[in-house]
Amino acid sequence: MPHDQISFVRKHMLPEAPPPATETGAVKWLRENLFSSPANTLLTLVSIFVVFNIASASAPWFLNGVWDSPSIAACREILDGRVGGCFAVLSERWNQLLFGFKYPVELYWRPGLAFVLLFVAGAPVLFGKIFPRKMLFFTGLYPFIAYWLIWGGSIMVPIFALLGVVVGAVVYSRVVTISAGVAVIAGFVAALIFWIASGYISRPMADVMALQAVPSRDMGGFMINLMLGVVCVSLSLPLGILLALGRQSRMPIIKWICVVFIEFIRGVPLITLLFVANVVLAYFLPPNVTFDLILRVIIMITMFSSAYIAEVIRGGLAALPRGQYEAANSLGLDYAQSMQLIILPQALKISIPGIVNVAVGLFKDTTLVSVISMFDIVGMIRGPILASMEWKGVYWELFGFACILFFITCYGISQYSQWLERQLRTDHR
Amino acid sequence: MTTMTDPPKASFQLSMLIYDTRYRSYTFQFIALLLLMLLIGYLGKNLVENLAAQGQNISFGFLSDPSGYDINQRPIEYDSQSSHMRAAVVGVLNTLIVAFLGCITATLFGVTAGILRLSPNWLVRKLMAIYVEAFRNVPVLIWILIIFTVMSASLPSPNQFRGESAEASMVLDAFAFTNRGVYVPSPIWGPGSSVVVLAFLASIIGVFAYRRYATKLLYDTGRLLPMGWPSLAILFVPTILIFFIMGQPISLDYPALQGFNFVGGLHIRGSLIALWFALAIYTGAFIAENVRAGIQAVSKGQTEAAASLGLRPGRIMKLVILPQALRVIIPPLISQYLNLTKNSSLAIAVGYMDVTGTLGGITLNQTGRAIECVLLLMLFYLTISLSISAVMNVYNNSIKLKER
Repeated sequence: MPHDQISFVRKHMLPEAPPPATETGAVKWLRENLFSSPANTLLTLVSIFVVFNIASASAPWFLNGVWDSPSIAACREILDGRVGGCFAVLSERWNQLLFGFKYPVELYWRPGLAFVLLFVAGAPVLFGKIFPRKMLFFTGLYPFIAYWLIWGGSIMVPIFALLGVVVGAVVYSRVVTISAGVAVIAGFVAALIFWIASGYISRPMADVMALQAVPSRDMGGFMINLMLGVVCVSLSLPLGILLALGRQSRMPIIKWICVVFIEFIRGVPLITLLFVANVVLAYFLPPNVTFDLILRVIIMITMFSSAYIAEVIRGGLAALPRGQYEAANSLGLDYAQSMQLIILPQALKISIPGIVNVAVGLFKDTTLVSVISMFDIVGMIRGPILASMEWKGVYWELFGFACILFFITCYGISQYSQWLERQLRTDHR
Repeated sequence: MTTMTDPPKASFQLSMLIYDTRYRSYTFQFIALLLLMLLIGYLGKNLVENLAAQGQNISFGFLSDPSGYDINQRPIEYDSQSSHMRAAVVGVLNTLIVAFLGCITATLFGVTAGILRLSPNWLVRKLMAIYVEAFRNVPVLIWILIIFTVMSASLPSPNQFRGESAEASMVLDAFAFTNRGVYVPSPIWGPGSSVVVLAFLASIIGVFAYRRYATKLLYDTGRLLPMGWPSLAILFVPTILIFFIMGQPISLDYPALQGFNFVGGLHIRGSLIALWFALAIYTGAFIAENVRAGIQAVSKGQTEAAASLGLRPGRIMKLVILPQALRVIIPPLISQYLNLTKNSSLAIAVGYMDVTGTLGGITLNQTGRAIECVLLLMLFYLTISLSISAVMNVYNNSIKLKER
């Protein structure tokens, strides 16, 4: 018998065996992610138990929800003893939650339009690569349009305000060749003179293209939160940059003014600043001059957030390598040019996450104005709605609605900032 | 022949104040100082005129007048005949109480959630992410109001605890959750209880001493003493022994239903719980992110290096990861504590009588001395913030990496 007939070596490949059942697909995923060890199994079981309890308790509340009823009593009648949410309060008081209870109903389109235009104005700033740069022109006009839409009155007021800004900008561009610092001061003074002069012209023209005026105290609801948030964040960004530069400055007097301002504002809670706006600020204004409560609140919140933004930007400035400052100097750029062209673009890029954190925090803090009896969304819920006969005791639906509004806005902003960070990443990876 | 000459010394001209960079900074500082003084002078002038027009003045004499209002939570003796000053002190203590409780609880929540966010368990990871995002993105004022609503509207009234077939019952016969607050047993300090407390304090020191000794022994001889169970034994055994030797001097006072309300025990009001819990759970979400970021900031090579030295996972965490992560975690943690303390001023929304509620609320409204009250209020918060940041600066300097 020849040797080669007895073969101990396999002549052909076996087909690949399938992996063990515990190492593929869902089973593997479950084993690795949920049941990898006894402790993990316990954690998983506890979590499932908690989720199941929450879901089974809240599901009927959502599913049996009543969306159409005039009052909570009627709502309970419809539910007839079943567990269920009374979401009718949202559909019935929808306008109040968004616009407050005094804003004229027939004028709701105005803040609504201003809200829509906000996206048009914000788009070229937020998504610079997608939208044409020409749209920035509209962004510049937007504050004046929004003011006119929301407060109403003669169109002359926003037009003269805009012209004042133009005059200031022209003067600035003429003087900037001498010195940027002098130019800023000159432009500001020119604009101020123009505004004061235009006050005399615009007074007799109060009826030119006038929309029905709405006083600030008639505004309320989520509109106030949005207004305060947008206005204060956009005002406090330039202020914060100035404060941060001032704190880094080599001029001791300017440095100490900025340090004292920043540390003072950061050391006190926002509520005390709102108290100042509410009861103290009036003492420091000339007699017979009264500011709107909203304007006073805007001033205080802007001061508050500019101090926080200044600290964030200072962190960005400090994080830049010294070489960047020295390179800018060695190119022969003066202070304003080196800041504008070299330092700030990089420092602001590093500061984006921090600035967004401040912006989100500030937007959440706008609810504090309800403490000084302004009717923002929390003030509306606690005041006119929960105190009314029809909706006494509808806590969960209302607070849940406010939570969802804030969650959507704030979560959206933070997702945007993460996207922007990825866009601005210029290092090679 | 010399070609080098000194640069010509130009005589000083007025235009150099703007054009010459050497002198420009003086011009700017002078203008800034001038503007600041003008602003202060202008505001001061307005203030004086306004006060004169209303026949008021700035004086802190009102602080010694009787306050005339009651405070429901009094850590020190106080009644409506006490002065406004004392009311403010009660408020300060209440602020500190809620801030202290809040900081401890927030750290517990935050550290737990932050570590669980890094857990290998997918479900737990997602749940913790939901917790963090949900609480970070909704204003703390809304959380305070929601929890206050739970405390005041969803819990049974003391009445419902009455009778044979009561609708509500006490938990473990010791804790009563009512819409007027939570009643918990409170300790009664009998004669001799100070000895037990002293023994307990001594055992805490003993635990530290033992751990120090064990570490020293490990470094000197390499012999490893067990740490866990001896520490527990040192902590509890002597205290319990002395407790029984002294004849059980400490007992508990249980709350009991009497008439329309519970008496006895410790009464924790709904407003305190709402504020405490909401601040803790909200700040906890932020701390969780700090903890996660701190642990992730330690590079993976550190874990692998420790593992290759033969350390077990528990020791890797304790000896290698945590000391490096804490350096990253602690500074933002302290500023979260600071935020919590400042946010505790929202107490005014639920009627908890902290310093904002007494000094900035009722005292301000009763006396009409807005400027003085708000000034004192700001000074109080400023003192706390500045002293905490001073401590933090010292700490930051002490843990700074000692680089060559």
